[in-house]
Amino acid sequence: MIVLRLQFFRHLHFIKVAGLSFVAALAPAAFTTASAAAAAPEPIKIGVYASLTGKEAVWGQSAEKATRLAVDDVNAAGGVLGRPLLAIIEDNQSKPGESVTAVRKLISRDKVIAILGEASSGRSLEAAPICQQARIPMISGGSNPKVTQVGNFIFRTHFIDPFQGTVMSRFAREKLGAKRLALLTEVTNAYAVGLAKYFSADAAAHQTPIVIEQKYSAGERDFKAQLTAIKAAQVDAIFVPGYYTEAGLIVAQARELGLNLPVLGGDGWEGPQLLAIGGPALRDTYYCNNFSSESDVPETRRFIERYQARFQSMPGGTAADAYDAVLMLTDAIKRAGSTDPEKIRAALATTRGLRGVGGPLNVDANRDQLKPAYILGYSSGDYHLVQVIQP
Amino acid sequence: MSEFLQQLLNGLSLGAIYALIALGYTMVYGVLRFINFAHSDVFMVGAFIGYYLGKLVPEGTLWGGLLVLSGAMIGCALLGMFIERVVYRPLRHGPTLNVLITAIGVSLLLEYTGQIVFGAAPRTFPQIFPTANYHVGSLTISSNQVFVIGVAILLMIALQLIVFKTKIGTAMRAVSLNPKAAQLVGVNNNVVISFTFGLGSALAAAGGILYAMNYPSIDPLMGVMPGLKAFVAAILGGIGNIPGAALGGLLLGTVETFIGGSQFSTYKDAIAFAILIVILLFKPAGLLGKFTIEKV
Repeated sequence: MIVLRLQFFRHLHFIKVAGLSFVAALAPAAFTTASAAAAAPEPIKIGVYASLTGKEAVWGQSAEKATRLAVDDVNAAGGVLGRPLLAIIEDNQSKPGESVTAVRKLISRDKVIAILGEASSGRSLEAAPICQQARIPMISGGSNPKVTQVGNFIFRTHFIDPFQGTVMSRFAREKLGAKRLALLTEVTNAYAVGLAKYFSADAAAHQTPIVIEQKYSAGERDFKAQLTAIKAAQVDAIFVPGYYTEAGLIVAQARELGLNLPVLGGDGWEGPQLLAIGGPALRDTYYCNNFSSESDVPETRRFIERYQARFQSMPGGTAADAYDAVLMLTDAIKRAGSTDPEKIRAALATTRGLRGVGGPLNVDANRDQLKPAYILGYSSGDYHLVQVIQP
Repeated sequence: MSEFLQQLLNGLSLGAIYALIALGYTMVYGVLRFINFAHSDVFMVGAFIGYYLGKLVPEGTLWGGLLVLSGAMIGCALLGMFIERVVYRPLRHGPTLNVLITAIGVSLLLEYTGQIVFGAAPRTFPQIFPTANYHVGSLTISSNQVFVIGVAILLMIALQLIVFKTKIGTAMRAVSLNPKAAQLVGVNNNVVISFTFGLGSALAAAGGILYAMNYPSIDPLMGVMPGLKAFVAAILGGIGNIPGAALGGLLLGTVETFIGGSQFSTYKDAIAFAILIVILLFKPAGLLGKFTIEKV
């Protein structure tokens, strides 16, 4: 018995070593952006959660940059209600479950008056109930309709998946002339499942049925099994409503299998990883986005120039959403004349005709947005604007 | 029929990678009777060494690719021997459970050190070998698939030759049979065990490179799932048995691919593992393993 217990303590020691290395890895994960020095008026604290590291780090990092840019712009113009903004940014490592911890911390410890984030619908759906319960307004960049259905404190800057799914189904039908469609869905992703549903609903309603539906889980890397089955089903186009890492791998493996069909995706495709993994295999692929670097809207052009000048990189849709979230929030605080979360919520609900960098911001009765969709297609090394579809 | 053959090919190329990783588990188990859980992270380090070396050589050349492959294998062999020397050797005469828990610790250490050193965001693995697609009838074969299967077969033959035809291989088998007796007849156990770790880790590195070539997105946690699958493959084939590990890997890869292409694709891991349970119910020592009664 004594021997056994001794062994147990020895094991504990190793568990501790492993635990410590784990903590050490997490330590640099939390960032705060102090945009104003400790001036006389107390800053208005807003909480941001984003995927700064992990699989969708590209989105979180560009959202973080755009948030900093937006907050600095507001503060340079004298702040809101005479007080500077202070964004406190937390990382959720692109992992399920972490957003809840981050948002709880922002609300209870940092006492933020609003929460901004994030691009992933799945992770927005985790955070939304916490904000709703605490009665703190949240502005998400997610596209799944369920996000704003959580409650009256939840808003968004993005268009919703029923619109996006319809747009892509129509594009496949009208521009590509596809008659038989295939679906390859990430089943562990609320966004992908929702988008797949709206895409198939529209496709079925227009006699271009989904003849085969294949599935995968997040983090999978081998899609040849699913793609071989799709190849045997003889379809005209494949719709892949997932995120960019998997989309790149899927397209590359499809071409390896000799499956040279158009592949379509949603706004989850946006990320430099897609180009890096897919490369020339991406020929004949199209995706729908809320943002195009080739847009000629003056607000968008000015945003791209200023973002590039400051960060030496091209902003994407998540950056535009993050900037617009700050814009929507400051507009609401100004109109509410208060930082009381309840009053901000009421003001957010009446946002009309605000000119965001990613298009006009109008909050409808479901707290959703109607915004144009940009269809981007791959040609000569990058995605270029093919079509703009107004809602 | 062509779909069946295509899926078989997909399955075999996935299984070949599982088999390469499984060999490392099985070799260490054969000699030391413990599961080296850090093995799947050595696999990850192999892919990252390949990523950095791949930037130094021109892309898409055969010699460049072979240089990267051998560089990663040497690097990981050194890493494996280092881990054995520093972490496992001091514990060798302690209870096996201690070493097992330590192996989990080393595994986490590698994963999270990897997140600091390499960053947690996925990287894109360069095309180190020239690629092409061949069409045989309605079958499409990519050069990567051919390469994966070819390299895996070559390495397995080499391993078989080392274990059964060389002096060090004889010593390995002697240590595996009875470490004390091996020492009595003049085998230097430390050298043999170091060599085993080096060899196993080199195979893991080769697996890592082949995996990254086929699925060119790498991150510090990439070893977890393939590592688990390979571990299962090693058990399936009979742990400690080298041809068994190869068979187990190929079998698991093929089953997974066939289920992945059916309408039950979401359940592919569940079904693959259920098959494992059924096989172990009827053959507790695995497909090719010998069941030995341990004397207490």
